[in-house]
Amino acid sequence: MEKEIIKLVDIKRSFLVGNEVVKALRGVSFSVKAGEFVTIMGTSGSGKSTLLNILGCLDTPTSGEYYLDGIRTDSMSKDKRADIRNSKIGFIFQNYNLLPKTTAIENVELPLIYNPGIPARERRKKAIEALKLVGLGNRLDHKSNQMSGGQQQRVAIARALVNDPVILLADEATGNLDTRTSLEILALFQDLYKDGRTILFVTHNPEMSDFSSRTIALRDGKVISDTYNDKIKDAREELALLPGTDDGQER
Amino acid sequence: MNFANLFKIALRALNTNKFRGFLTMLGIIIGVASVITMLAIGQGSKQSIREQISEMGSNMLMIHPGSMRMGGVRQDASTMQSLKIEDYNAIVQKSEYVAAVSPSVTSSGQVIYSSNNTPTTLYGVNQDYLEIRKYKVTDGDVFSDQDIRTFAKVCLIGKTVADNLFPDGESPLGKYIRFNKTPLKIIGVLEPKGYNSMGMDQDDLLIAPYTTVQKRVLAINYLQGIYASAVNEELSPKAVEEIEEILRFNHKIKEDGEDNFEVRSQEELTSMMTSTTDLMTLLLSCIAGISLLVGGIGIMNIMYVSVTERTREIGLRMSIGAKGKDILIQFLIEAVLLSFVGGIIGILLGVSVTFVVKFVAGWPVLIQPWSVLLSFAVCTLTGIFFGWYPARKAASLDPIEAIRYE
Repeated sequence: MEKEIIKLVDIKRSFLVGNEVVKALRGVSFSVKAGEFVTIMGTSGSGKSTLLNILGCLDTPTSGEYYLDGIRTDSMSKDKRADIRNSKIGFIFQNYNLLPKTTAIENVELPLIYNPGIPARERRKKAIEALKLVGLGNRLDHKSNQMSGGQQQRVAIARALVNDPVILLADEATGNLDTRTSLEILALFQDLYKDGRTILFVTHNPEMSDFSSRTIALRDGKVISDTYNDKIKDAREELALLPGTDDGQER
Repeated sequence: MNFANLFKIALRALNTNKFRGFLTMLGIIIGVASVITMLAIGQGSKQSIREQISEMGSNMLMIHPGSMRMGGVRQDASTMQSLKIEDYNAIVQKSEYVAAVSPSVTSSGQVIYSSNNTPTTLYGVNQDYLEIRKYKVTDGDVFSDQDIRTFAKVCLIGKTVADNLFPDGESPLGKYIRFNKTPLKIIGVLEPKGYNSMGMDQDDLLIAPYTTVQKRVLAINYLQGIYASAVNEELSPKAVEEIEEILRFNHKIKEDGEDNFEVRSQEELTSMMTSTTDLMTLLLSCIAGISLLVGGIGIMNIMYVSVTERTREIGLRMSIGAKGKDILIQFLIEAVLLSFVGGIIGILLGVSVTFVVKFVAGWPVLIQPWSVLLSFAVCTLTGIFFGWYPARKAASLDPIEAIRYE
């Protein structure tokens, strides 16, 4: 039996907007086992961003319990949550969020800088390893503004991987990319999935669920469906089906 | 989180905005440079006044008979005969803080050589007087102890008197002149000293043994004054106390009795003369300090802009594990670096400007280490003070909102 990486028990989250209480999450419970590739799907307003913030320990629920890698985090202090984010979670954002005018290595090193246990030399080594893993071994010293969107997202994935987190949280990670590049990034996620990584992919795009092993759909702050997918589409095969394959930039 | 890493991060952030960083620093640079220059000019003119005063005689102490009441009427101090040669001897024997002492009697009058004559003052003193007043003999010699004992009719002549009596440029040495009918042989010529800071011609004088002036010119046996010099400037107040004690003892003045003499040091004169420059220095430094303050506000402004501009970066850093404290320190380091580097450049600029002022305008300047340290410390504190609020703003950002900030 695989380890439960994430366990949510009746998570509720409400916000006070003016005088009105907005219930963004109305009792969400599910767990994710190690090695799963889960798509969390929902339209805007479904509460998926709120859920992502709680999963990423950026926010705490109004009520409910959240266990990450066996540690209860819903009542942790700010600084403790920062440590958890640093050591257990790898974030991947829609708009990459790389530091401008900064090389790929330096961007990837960033999470390690906030981990005092890792000396500078090891930082660099780990960063290079992570960049090689995402296929950017030849662009170590390229600055973020000299790279394409797909490459920037790869750097961001390398940055998420560098601390060897228990879970990768991707927030619309392909939202800013064209079809081809999206598929390339998805292929990379599938590679990571095959390596045994646990991935949570938050999206509004229903097509994405075909590429993952499980789909949790949200609506109005509640889980409306939770389905396992045994016929996972291979992103690389899809890529090959695209017309004009040989005018691509890389791979 | 270690400090070196945060330092690197801050350095890199500044590096990406070099020109803006420089403009921000400019405020600090100008502030520090002007503080240093103003203080250097202020201290310089103070120093030069001090030097001028000490040229009149370093650490000089003047002892005069004090005015006294006689039958309820306060008498003119110069008529008092309370200072005696015994007082001089007592000071010579007992004092520890006094380096040189000379009795003093003076007489004004007309001095005549052949067909030339000129009014001047004859100072009756001993050899120490030359040391106290910083006079040097260029030609000839100072009179001897023997001359003092024998009331010898010899004198030293100042440049102004010599020029007036010997307009053709012949050597005054060995010539006999007459001062109020007393013939005196010139045995030495004094090195010119020029005018003092109060506009008195310091070369318009004759110097003779005090015994000669007492017996042969004035026919008195008391002293009109005693000149002394303290071992050094710092000990000058102690020397004053000491002399007062000796004289009170000598004059048998009771503990609550009024002194019948007066001891004055150059200190009073110095503080009087430098009080104006002190005030000017203070005013100029205040203005310079205000420009430092404005520079600090510039830093604060640019740090606020920087925090807003980099909201996404802050959000990202937080989402990958930076704590509020890390962000706070990062931005604080940036602000302090701006003011620190600005401070260093400001010091270099200030010192250069000071030297320009010295060599081009010819003003006296003096850069004191404490003024450099002070302005440096102030500008670093400025950085911390004005960097604190923007840094705290950055640290208190909500990562959820910051990361999606457009």
